[in-house]
Amino acid sequence: MAFVREDLYPAQPAPTQFTGPLAWMRRNLFATPTDAVLTIIGILFLIWIIPPLFGFIAPTFLGGNAVPAGGTVEQCRAEGAGACWAFIAARLNFFIYGFYPVEEYWRPNIVFGLGALLIIPLLWPRAPFKRTNAALFFIVYPVVCYYLLNGGVFGLRSVPTEQWGGLLVTLVLSLVGIICSIPIGILLALGRQSKLPIIKTLCVMFIELWRAVPLITVLFMASIMLPLFMPQGMSVDKLLRALVGVTLFASAYLAEVVRGGLQALPRGQYEAASSLGLSYWKSMGLVILPQALKHVIPGIVNTFIALFKDTSLVSIVGIFDLLNTVQASSSDVNWGSPTQAVSGYIFAAFVFWIFCFAMSRYSIFMERRLDTGHKG
Amino acid sequence: MSQVSETVVEREIDTSHMQVSQTEVAIDIVGMHKWFGDFHVLRDINLRVMKGERIVIAGPSGSGKSTLIRCVNRLEEHQQGDVIVNDVELTSDLKRIDEVRRDVGMVFQHFNLFPHLSILQNLTLAPIWVRGIPKAEAEATAMHYLERVKIPEQAHKFPGQLSGGQQQRVAIARSLCMQPKIMLFDEPTSALDPEMVKEVLEVMISLAEEGMTMICVTHEMGFARQVANRVIFMDQGQIIEENEPEAFFSNPQHERTKLFLSQILH
Repeated sequence: MAFVREDLYPAQPAPTQFTGPLAWMRRNLFATPTDAVLTIIGILFLIWIIPPLFGFIAPTFLGGNAVPAGGTVEQCRAEGAGACWAFIAARLNFFIYGFYPVEEYWRPNIVFGLGALLIIPLLWPRAPFKRTNAALFFIVYPVVCYYLLNGGVFGLRSVPTEQWGGLLVTLVLSLVGIICSIPIGILLALGRQSKLPIIKTLCVMFIELWRAVPLITVLFMASIMLPLFMPQGMSVDKLLRALVGVTLFASAYLAEVVRGGLQALPRGQYEAASSLGLSYWKSMGLVILPQALKHVIPGIVNTFIALFKDTSLVSIVGIFDLLNTVQASSSDVNWGSPTQAVSGYIFAAFVFWIFCFAMSRYSIFMERRLDTGHKG
Repeated sequence: MSQVSETVVEREIDTSHMQVSQTEVAIDIVGMHKWFGDFHVLRDINLRVMKGERIVIAGPSGSGKSTLIRCVNRLEEHQQGDVIVNDVELTSDLKRIDEVRRDVGMVFQHFNLFPHLSILQNLTLAPIWVRGIPKAEAEATAMHYLERVKIPEQAHKFPGQLSGGQQQRVAIARSLCMQPKIMLFDEPTSALDPEMVKEVLEVMISLAEEGMTMICVTHEMGFARQVANRVIFMDQGQIIEENEPEAFFSNPQHERTKLFLSQILH
């Protein structure tokens, strides 16, 4: 008995009990009695937590109890008042610029604006002139920033780094840290895989040393111990020392992330590149690293997010980063109120979250974009 | 020996360009030994390949066939003896190694295309960065070879979007773009579905017809019969038997060869 199908069975819509919002709820929220109980407990928890939280954070005109920008300290001290956003608004300049002289605010402003102007097209894959853009951002921009912020040339008033602060310092630290740690981390990862014993040993030692030491120790060493060892009269800027410490610390971590990517590549890729006659550096730059780095984007961004948040540790050695300015202001008696410190910390947490979340989303976007579909 | 098949490409071989040079030596391997740690993988290999010769290396797995051809472009290092390719002796001198690799194409069992680059970029990468050929010219050459392997329409796709047979043809085209004098094939059809073996063998045969010097490690005995000048049989790191294909298949001399052939030919 032979069977031959003569016409294809037409596609039909799925039965309604498997699609639509009701089916979704049944599948995801009430699939089993345990699920149903957990769902109900979850909803009760949200009902318990959300309204008070909303009341604390939302300003009065949105129906909450928080004092909006422009409010007075008396309102913040009133019984039942929520977060004191008026305090944040009043001290916002300090949170952004630290002790930077008020009449020179235009200088950091130019730095912020120029940075945004250059980094957005750089991160946007379809924007043209990538090479010029990259050159401007990685070479010209840092130089301009340094002279603009530090002053002392072209008739600009000198503003020593002790006066820099707030978000400005946080961004300078993390941006320089991120940009400088990429090449150092890649070189360390390649060095660790090197067949030359001296290079390999040096890289392993460097990585293991920096990874084994807490960042706080590094910063303390850089700011307190290092000057003791330096010759009389020679001093290196405190911010610069912290910057070097943070960068080297991050590059050690990054090296290990990149090494993971290098090891994940099949040996055939190395062999195919070599057999075509590509030299070591060319095969690394054109074949191996583009793939290895793509595979470890989540790990790299993870390191960057950690670095961004770790910059707040520099407050320990007396550098006024964002968190430190918030902390310093929370003892400001002019704004003394029960919710003053909490408001400050919520604000700081929110600013950190914005930047870290943006990095995270961008990495997901790039992962999707660089995905050429299939592994080799 | 399930990986051994005898796919026959049914067509007449055009032998008009298949002359073997009597004087020009392409590869000369003299008394070569290689060890992996303490394991003696290649023992006293002596092999001279003339320009235009097509050699098939057969043998059981683990016999050192792949290692032997990987020594020709120094993907593996030999520890004793001489390997001379296109009159360049392979030593640890990186310049010489690169010089040899520029003129020796290699095709791998698992294709090893670069998955992050499009097909066209795969083909033009080495010509641009190793030979310094302008991009437009490299792309024209690449399209020419893609047409030769009959997949010009795939130029802008990525390797992951192609079938195994197509990927292997791209891999062959990628090697050809460097205009090599010698081609090495390391089990080029072993990872392919039976339907795709044929299309790859077609390309290899047409390459042979143009007079390319080739060394193929393969289990395709039909291919060996059709195009090889010499079949080399290896076992336990040694060359055990070496003969013209007809004599090799019809009248094997060594016991080991007889056993091998009885297992793979029905």
